[in-house]
Order: sequence, then C-alpha cells, then structure tokens
Amino acid sequence: MSVIGSAHEEDHGHHHKETFMTKYIFSQDHKMISKQYLITGLFMGIIGIAMSLLFRLQLAWPERPFGIFEVLLGKWAPEGVMDPNVYLALVTIHGTIMVFFVLTAGLSGTFSNLLIPLQIGARDMASGLLNMISFWLFFLSSVIMLMSLFVEAGPAAAGWTIYPPLSALPQAQPGSGLGMTLWLVSMAIFIASSLLGSLNYIVTVINLRTKGMTMSRLPLTIWAFFVTAIIGVVSFPVLLSAALLLIMDRSFGTSFFLSDIFIQGEVLHYQGGSPVLYEHLFWFLGHPEVYIVLLPALGITSEIIATNSRKPIFGYRAMVASILAIAFLSTIVWGHHMFISGMNPFLGSVFTFTTLLIAIPSAVKAFNYITTLWKGNLQLNPAMLFSIGLVSTFISGGLTGIILGDSTLDINVHDTYFVVAHFHLVMGISALYGLFAGVYHWFPKMFGKMMNKNLGYIHFWFTAVCAYGVFFPMHFIGMAGLPRRYYTNTAFPYFDDIANVNIVITVFALIAGLAQLVFLYNFIHSIFYGKKTEQNPWSSTTLEWTAEIKHIHGNWNGPIPHVHRWPYDYSKPGHDVDFVPQNSPLIDGEKELQH
Amino acid sequence: MTILLILSVLILITISIWQITKIFELSQPIVKNNTQVADDRDNDINGKLMFAFLAFIYLITLYSFWAWGDVLLPDAASEHGSKYDSLMWITFALIFFVQTITQALLHYFVFKYRGEKGKKALFYSDNDRLEALWTIIPMITLAILIFFGLYTWTEIMSVEENEDALIVELYAQQFNWKARYAGEDGVLGDANIRFLQDFDGKNLVGIDSTDPNGYDDVVTQELHLPVGRDVIFKMRSQDVLHSAFMPHFRAQMNCVPGMITEFQFTPITTTDQMRQKPEMLAKVKKINKIRSENSKKLIANGEEPLEPYIFDYILLCNKICGSSHYNMQMKIVVETPSEFEKWMNQQQNFAEMIQ
Repeated sequence: MSVIGSAHEEDHGHHHKETFMTKYIFSQDHKMISKQYLITGLFMGIIGIAMSLLFRLQLAWPERPFGIFEVLLGKWAPEGVMDPNVYLALVTIHGTIMVFFVLTAGLSGTFSNLLIPLQIGARDMASGLLNMISFWLFFLSSVIMLMSLFVEAGPAAAGWTIYPPLSALPQAQPGSGLGMTLWLVSMAIFIASSLLGSLNYIVTVINLRTKGMTMSRLPLTIWAFFVTAIIGVVSFPVLLSAALLLIMDRSFGTSFFLSDIFIQGEVLHYQGGSPVLYEHLFWFLGHPEVYIVLLPALGITSEIIATNSRKPIFGYRAMVASILAIAFLSTIVWGHHMFISGMNPFLGSVFTFTTLLIAIPSAVKAFNYITTLWKGNLQLNPAMLFSIGLVSTFISGGLTGIILGDSTLDINVHDTYFVVAHFHLVMGISALYGLFAGVYHWFPKMFGKMMNKNLGYIHFWFTAVCAYGVFFPMHFIGMAGLPRRYYTNTAFPYFDDIANVNIVITVFALIAGLAQLVFLYNFIHSIFYGKKTEQNPWSSTTLEWTAEIKHIHGNWNGPIPHVHRWPYDYSKPGHDVDFVPQNSPLIDGEKELQH
Repeated sequence: MTILLILSVLILITISIWQITKIFELSQPIVKNNTQVADDRDNDINGKLMFAFLAFIYLITLYSFWAWGDVLLPDAASEHGSKYDSLMWITFALIFFVQTITQALLHYFVFKYRGEKGKKALFYSDNDRLEALWTIIPMITLAILIFFGLYTWTEIMSVEENEDALIVELYAQQFNWKARYAGEDGVLGDANIRFLQDFDGKNLVGIDSTDPNGYDDVVTQELHLPVGRDVIFKMRSQDVLHSAFMPHFRAQMNCVPGMITEFQFTPITTTDQMRQKPEMLAKVKKINKIRSENSKKLIANGEEPLEPYIFDYILLCNKICGSSHYNMQMKIVVETPSEFEKWMNQQQNFAEMIQ
C-alpha cells in the first residue's frame, strides 16, 4: 500500500498546465467530477420533480383541463387534457430519473467522488481517467434519456420496472416503440458508468488510504460508499443482462421473456419465455438498488449527526456491522416484490423471512442515531436538520415495510398507493434529505463558500411538513384499495370519496415543489456570492477539512496528513476543544478507543 | 397566459424569499462574524420547531384517521379475510407503538439537547448491552410476526383441489376481464391463444374445440360467485401482465401470458348483505352526496348527470398494462347458491356459442 501511495504522491508533485477544457469539462480531478455529478444530478432532479407535479395535478383534478399541460406536453395534451399514455410515461420517467439519475448518480456519484479521496487522505481517485469516463457515460445516458422524451410516439411508459411483455411489444402501448429502445440504451450506458465508478471507489478505498487510516478508522461515510460500490458491482450487471435480453426480444425475435401472446388480432411467434424471469433479473438489481440509494444517505447522516451533536457516533462497530448486514441481506430479498407474481408460494415464505430480517440492522441504525443525539450539544445547522429529518422519514417509511415485506399482508396492498407511500418515505425522501444534508454540509468544501443558513431553514421546514403531508395520506388511499399508476380514479365510483384526499396530497406536493426553488436559489446564489468559508466551518474531525480550501490538484499542498485516531473524537474528556481532528497525535497518556 | 401567470408568481415568490432573508438577517442581533453556522438563536428556534414538528406528526396521524378512516376497506368478504385483517391490525398496532415512541425520542432529544455555547456534550460512544437489547427485541418481535405471517400465507396460498370447489378461469386482456366456468363436468377445456381466431372471433378465450371438456364451458363478462363455496381461480392473460385484484376478498394474483396462476378463496358475504352493512350504507351515502354535487356542475355545463352509485364488489387490474389500465374492471356478484344456479342456466355454453 505504501508503495502505491508514495508513487501517487510523486505523480502529483508537478502541475500540468490546464486549459478550460481539461479543468472544467474533461477533468480528471475528483472534486471537479463530483461537482459535475452534482449539477447534472440536480438538473435531472428538477425535471423529475416537475414531472411529478404534472401528474399530481392530473390526479387531483382529473376532469379539468390545464393550460400548462398543453404548453409543456403539446400534442399529448390537446386542449389541456392529458393523454393516458402520457400520464404513464410521466410516471415512468419520473421513477427512472429519480431512482437512477438523481439518487444513484447524483447522490452517490457526487459524494463518493468528493469524499473518498479527501476523507481517506488520497491525492485523487485510483484512476482519474476511469472516473472521467464514468461521468461522461453518465452524462451521455442522461442526454439519451432526455432525448427519449421527444420521440414521435413518446417515451417509455411501462413503469420504471418496464416489465415485459408491455415493454417488449410496440403494439401494447405507444411508449414501447423507439422510446423504450432509447430507455434501454440509456440504462445500459448508465450501468457501464456506474460500474466504472464503483470499481474506482472500491480500489481507492482499499489501496490509497493515508498512513494510519486503518479500516476501523474510516469515517462511516466511506464505509457506506465502499459497501454501496460493492453492492453496485454485484447487482448492476444483472440488470444489464436483463436489459440486453429485453433488447434481443424486442429487436431480434428471441423469446426470453415472451410466450403465447395474442395482441391486436394477431398471434405472435414467441414461445417458451417467461415474464417472471425478467422480474427476477430486474429485482435482483432493483432491490439492492434501494440500498445503493439509501446507504450513502445514511453514511452522510452518520457523519453530520456526529459532527453537529458534538458527540461520537454511538456504536461505531454496530453501525459498520449493520451496513454490512444490510448489504448482504439486500441481495437475497428481491422476491418480496414478486409475492403475487405467480412464482411458487414457498419462495414467498423464504423471501418474507429474509426481508423481515433486514428490519433488525435498520432498527439498530435508527436507535444508534437517536442515542447519538442524547446528551449532545446539538448545532442545528440546515445539514443537521435534514439529517434528523432523514432519521424521521426512515423510521416512518421503514415501519410500513414490515407490512409489505410480509407476504400475507402484501396480497392486498401490493401495487397500491400504500407501496407508493412506503418507498417514497423510506428511500425517496430519506435519500433526498441525505442529498440535501450533504450539499449543505460539504458546500464549503466544494465551492469554498457558505450557503445561506436562513434559506436553508426555510427550505427544510417547508419540505419536512410537505413530505409528510404528501405521503402520509397516501397510506390511507392505498389501504382503501386504490391501485397505483391509474390515470384517474373516476372509472370507479367506489373511489369517489377519496378524491378530496388526492387534492390535499397535490396541494402539499405543489408547495414542496416551490420550496425546492428556495434551495436552487440558495445553491446558485451562494456559488457566486456566498460568504467565503473558513478552513473548518463545522469544527469537524475528518481529513477533508485539512485540505486546501481552494481546489488544487492533489488536495494538499504539503504532504498528506497522517491519521492517529478514529474520526469521532468529539467532546473527548481531557481535551480543551470539543473536537480532535483525526490527524492530531494522541497526547501523553491518552488512549484511543478500542473498536 | 398561464405561462405569464406562473412566471409572475415565480418571480414574486423569489422576491418574497429574498425579502424574508433580508428580514431574517436584519433581525439578527449584530454579530461580528456571521459565518452562516448555526448560533444559539438558531439552535433555540429550530430545536423548538422540532418539538412542534413532533406534534405535527401526531396530529396529521390523528387527523388522517378522523377524516379518512372511512375510506378504508370494509370487513373482508372472504373466509381467509378475517385472518388477514387480524394480522394486519396486530402489525399496525405494533407499528404505531414503535412509531409513536421513536419519533418522540428523536424529536424530544433534538429539542432537549439543542446547542448552547459553552455546553459540553457527553462523550458516550459504546454500550454493548444497550445495543444487544435493541438487536434482540426487534428480533423476537419479528420472529413472532414472521411465524404468524408464514402460517397464514401457507394457509391462503395452498390451492387444494376438491370435489366441491367451483373452478373459474379469469381471463385478462387489454383492457377487459372475462370469466370462464367449467360447467357441469367441473373440468375446464384446454385453451390456447392460437384458437382465439377460430369461429370468427366468437371463441373469446381460445377454447380448444377438439377437447370435449370444453363444450360445456361458459364464458361471461361478469363474475358471479355462490356464497359459502370454495372457488379456485385459474388465471390467464393473452397479451401483457395483468393482476386480478379483488380488494374486498383480500385476494390478488398476477395474470401472466404463457402460464396459469392460481388463487383460492371462499366468499362469505353476498353482495346484498354487504350493501346492508351500516359502514357500507354510510360510505355509499357519502359517495352519492359527492356525486350529486358533481352532477350539478355537469348539468350546469349542459352535460349528462352522474348516475347514483350502488355498491358492487369489483375486480380491478393492478399491474400496469397500457393506456386504459385505469379502467380495466369487472363486476363481481356474490349471491346465494340458488341465485347462482339460476344465473348460470341463463348463460350460453361454448357448444351453443359456436354453433
């Protein structure tokens, strides 16, 4: 390790001349790539959230035409009345963008790139070139995904899970034509990007830690990013294979997922395939994906809660163990999305068992966060508020998982709004809070400026109230039996009495959407006019705050600091200040915590 | 015009946010180096707000139950449904208990330990006993839940062929449902999508006309079930995935092209009995009030008013299947065995249909 480390140091001893292109566009510097990920992710986020507002309007006032529909959707909303196929397309692309482009690439891509080298004490990622390629593949896949919005028959509309045969047959719905092809191509490129990124993170964490940075001294952020990368490498290739097989079925006449189909008055030639096979392949990634989204957010939260509580994170070992346990279990629970898919009910029993086991490490995490707050000296910065909000929605959303993970109870709430409420709270909102917390906390590191805290407070409180306002009532309409992905509920008079619940949800959603503008304004304004940051604004112990404020290639002007202690020495007795950075040596007679 | 309105609203909001920040900044006591890091005042305000937020979470929970408790499904109309419901309510009680306690601890701690200058936090990094405690308690609770869940699951999902059972095929296509009854012989004739085009499209679910078992099969657009009799559903789809969701019976199963899926239950409440239940009467009354108000608007626009609603059991499609997914439904009628016989005798069987 030391050999690689020192070779790397020499490599960065002299600086190359940088042009605009190499500095801002085709940069191989992890800090610039991290900013590129963040800004692309935020841009995709704006589109994803805007789409959700459009279909929320449709759900709340299904009979009423909206001028805005016609303006934005054109021929798909003649006279302001949204076409049902477009509704499905919006739902599909909203899901795809938010899960993959915002919460996988935008969250993990941004903070893994920024923090892995800075927190473990490395000059850069193991391979800057791969890192750059990874970002540009992500960018390319984003562009293709957005392009698919403009094809003649509309973008993919089979739900973000794109189950065949619906997604395989252009006869089944207009979105399954060119739109679906672009969706698949975009995702294939996205997966390549994600794999390159993940490999880089894993290699960097294993090989490039500075002297003294043992695995048991890694900040929990790094543990989370590291394990997330491993899950990604294990599960993303399976989605790639599913996508490739689906492309074969669509374009080359194979029958991996199709059999016995009669559509539009025609018997198709497909024989012997099974859509259930696709479901297995999809969810083999799809479920770990939830943790690919969530674990980085939890890592960020661990770091921010400890720093702002001025206390060590409670139960460091248990936190690492639960990350590992969640990662392991996440790969053997995929079947809980398929209890009623027609697979053997015995498999349902197995997956119920493994699924409910995940509740145990999750509970440990939640309790450890709460105990970390206990008797702390809480500095309620915006980042801290979002972290606390994350713990709150993680609990609220996680608990309903006990219902959905139980195969019996799943029978009647499967694919209803109850599911929508559950996963939005536990992974959507939680991970989004993790993203916001990370941006508020590490903005000074990224841009050398501070974000405005008062705008941060406004952003948090509006978002927090609205998030519960949107998703809490959804549990009720789900329990009432209302299926998700319905263009309107008016076809069933039985559901007429929940129309007003839908209006409440939409009003909260619109306010939440507006609150995000506060964040955007704050973000952009602070990049240019924000107050200059101090070296270590949050009085944090980790290494990134010892690096230069002004971004330089190689991160530290002098030698890389060495590490002498774990990252959570906050308010340690025997010290005058309430934090002891990782790079300050043990004082006489001081013992490092055994963990 | 709309764009202009929206733009001006956005601009106004931006200006007001800017002004609010100004006010915030001006109202701050003059501190020399305002670093955008939380100070005592921020900690105080946000700590108290966090406590208020706890109240908000509790209130929105209570309000939702008070306002929307009546939209939830009525008592189950199938035999296994009561077991399902009790498992659901036990799990729910547990969830509420944990939710109430943990949210209280979380938000109260934020309020109680909000930061102050000069205060020192407690250095407290590990307690193996405490952690073992909150590993073992969820483990035991979940073990009990898993045990009950799996017991009920096996009971519901094991399809037992028996002499008395009524065998019904549910046939799904974009965007409607059909039911096929096995007829007097109690055996469904072979079927495949290849036969759909036989007999000028009259062969609605593709029954194989060379299989004599199929001659007495009856294909209908409504699902009629005799009360108190075991029903075994065999499900097929001719094009894409669909899901047969019968919420009142706590029953759901996907329909997959290329394979036959199964579900079994016994209906215990007839449609008439369900209509007479007080909770259902109240629900229908509420729905009809909403419908008559909507009708007034429609009449004012010169359109047809809505028909008053009468309760019926419904079968919905619950797997995204295309543009009219939202309207893929079938009426379910649960009736007495004699009513069922009478209805069945009025239907044409396959042999009659293809003549």
